[in-house]
Amino acid sequence: MARLELHQLSKHFGSTVAVREVSLDVGNGEFVVLLGPSGCGKTTTLRMIAGFVAPTGGTVRLAGQDVTALPPWKRNAGMVFQSYALFPHLTVEQNVAFGLEMRKVPTAEIAPRVAEALRLVRLGGLGERLPRQLSGGQQQRVALARALVIRPDVLLLDEPLSNLDAKLRETVRVEIRELQRQLDITTVMVTHDQEEALIMADRLVVMSDGAVRQVGTQRDLYERPADRFVAGFVGRSNLLTGRVVAPGRFQTAGGLTIACAGGAPGPSVIALRPERLAMGPAAAGLDNRLPGTVEIVSYLGASIDVHIRVSTADRVVVSQPNRADGRVPSEGDKIDVGWAASAAVVFADDAAATSA
Amino acid sequence: MSALISIARRRLGSWAFNGIAGAVLGFILLPLVFVTWLAFFRQAIPSFPPEGYSLKWFFAIGDNKKFVEGFLLSMQVAVAAMLIGLAIGVPGALCLARYRFWGREGLSSLLLLPLVVPGIVLGTSLYVFHVEAEIVTGLPVLGSVAAMVAGHILIVIPWCVRMVTASLAGFDRGIEEAAQSLGATPLTTFFRITLPVIRPGIVAAALFGFVVSFGNLEMSLFLVGPGRTTLPIAILQYLEWRIDPTIAAVSVLQILLIGAAMVATDRFVRISRVV
Repeated sequence: MARLELHQLSKHFGSTVAVREVSLDVGNGEFVVLLGPSGCGKTTTLRMIAGFVAPTGGTVRLAGQDVTALPPWKRNAGMVFQSYALFPHLTVEQNVAFGLEMRKVPTAEIAPRVAEALRLVRLGGLGERLPRQLSGGQQQRVALARALVIRPDVLLLDEPLSNLDAKLRETVRVEIRELQRQLDITTVMVTHDQEEALIMADRLVVMSDGAVRQVGTQRDLYERPADRFVAGFVGRSNLLTGRVVAPGRFQTAGGLTIACAGGAPGPSVIALRPERLAMGPAAAGLDNRLPGTVEIVSYLGASIDVHIRVSTADRVVVSQPNRADGRVPSEGDKIDVGWAASAAVVFADDAAATSA
Repeated sequence: MSALISIARRRLGSWAFNGIAGAVLGFILLPLVFVTWLAFFRQAIPSFPPEGYSLKWFFAIGDNKKFVEGFLLSMQVAVAAMLIGLAIGVPGALCLARYRFWGREGLSSLLLLPLVVPGIVLGTSLYVFHVEAEIVTGLPVLGSVAAMVAGHILIVIPWCVRMVTASLAGFDRGIEEAAQSLGATPLTTFFRITLPVIRPGIVAAALFGFVVSFGNLEMSLFLVGPGRTTLPIAILQYLEWRIDPTIAAVSVLQILLIGAAMVATDRFVRISRVV
């Protein structure tokens, strides 16, 4: 258990920048998830923490010690690989004992610690098996036990759930989270699955193109996304492009004028969460109220998505909880859409800025 | 109706398949069966039907100095060539499988080349090379056991490289990283993780290397010194003058030796997984 500090960590492969000056503090016992699409640099960042990739610049500090120049075997980091990477020729017990043997733990101490670790992941009694005799879920737990038994300063999880089927994934992510809380172990996980990230993390780091876009809690990312990428990647957003014409006034590409909170004049994007929009009578009295036409109605079970065209260039999705007494509009209906000015987040349009 | 036809067709198909497989297997095994049978004939000139059976040809082997010496030399050369071939071939295969470097393709072809070059050509060129080497260095290269081992190493290496490469094909490098993250140095990782995991490939390489060297005739013909002989050469020389079943008996022993080696190794590692 220890703090992990990354300071301006970078990795260049030739002229490509895989990771760009990532700085991050992970507190004692904190569970941080690096989230992003494939190729965003999250795995490279994790591998730099583990010591498999030498950073081009920046430092990694683990438990107060600068480990940037240390090889993996001299860092006290426990890692769970996407493929689990169990030693195929060793039994479950021997797999788990390996790290203890490498650390020259007295022989008498090894067996009880291995048994304890296996009990922790609920694999007691399977110690004699070979990895290929285990199911995917069991293999995953062996990998976890093997990483935990060495009492690492930090636990690194590289897409640990991606090889499990959907049903199992749901239970395992809760199990891992509970285990992590119980052991109070500093943890960094990499994933591209935002649901997984939201469920497991104390704090999330959203990455794209090698850079950190935003660091924050689930609520921070959802309510106050730092940019257009985060707004689109975490949860769903209606994105309306246009420009801020005056403080508090936004004009969409389709010519609508909308009241918004803040925003600097210039090309901008407004992000609106579908469930923060109101339709029909509920839209009355809100800061923004636009007449529109229902184009698509999607029945999703717990909620209903209504796609409403509000101008030739602008269409928004309204998500309405599926209540017993709820009225569902039908396609072609004329209906009002409304939202409070505070419900919208305004960003400078970086896409327009870079393409210009 | 159509279902019945399809079943009948499938039956017919499987009979045809089994029939062909059986015929091919018979074709492969037939010479072995006849050689073994012949080894027990009593008469000195093989003819059918046998006049009776005897073990005397097996005892005759022991009385023939050339066979005994040839066996011992073949054994020494094969073991030495196998061990040195492994020492070169295993690291070679690891490098080829893991690193991208300039000339990698060329090196890969070079290591497999002795497999393609005819033994006679290899033998002739080695002979010429040995003559030149002896002239230049003044050392007794020509016909020495060391030179013969060196030649045999050439034909052992391709097998080592191929077998180990095959066993590395499904190797997850993640397990090496896992070992290192658990505190193992690269050297410990190699001996505790990498080597045991590719062991079936190495054992298979050792076996095939041994067999290839032990049974080699064409190349060895050019490399044996005066008064020395390997087992295959001893057999060839014997056949020049006589055709009695001693040859068959020697062949049976050789088949048994190699067969036993295969069965023994297969007990420790499933060679079928690699080959």
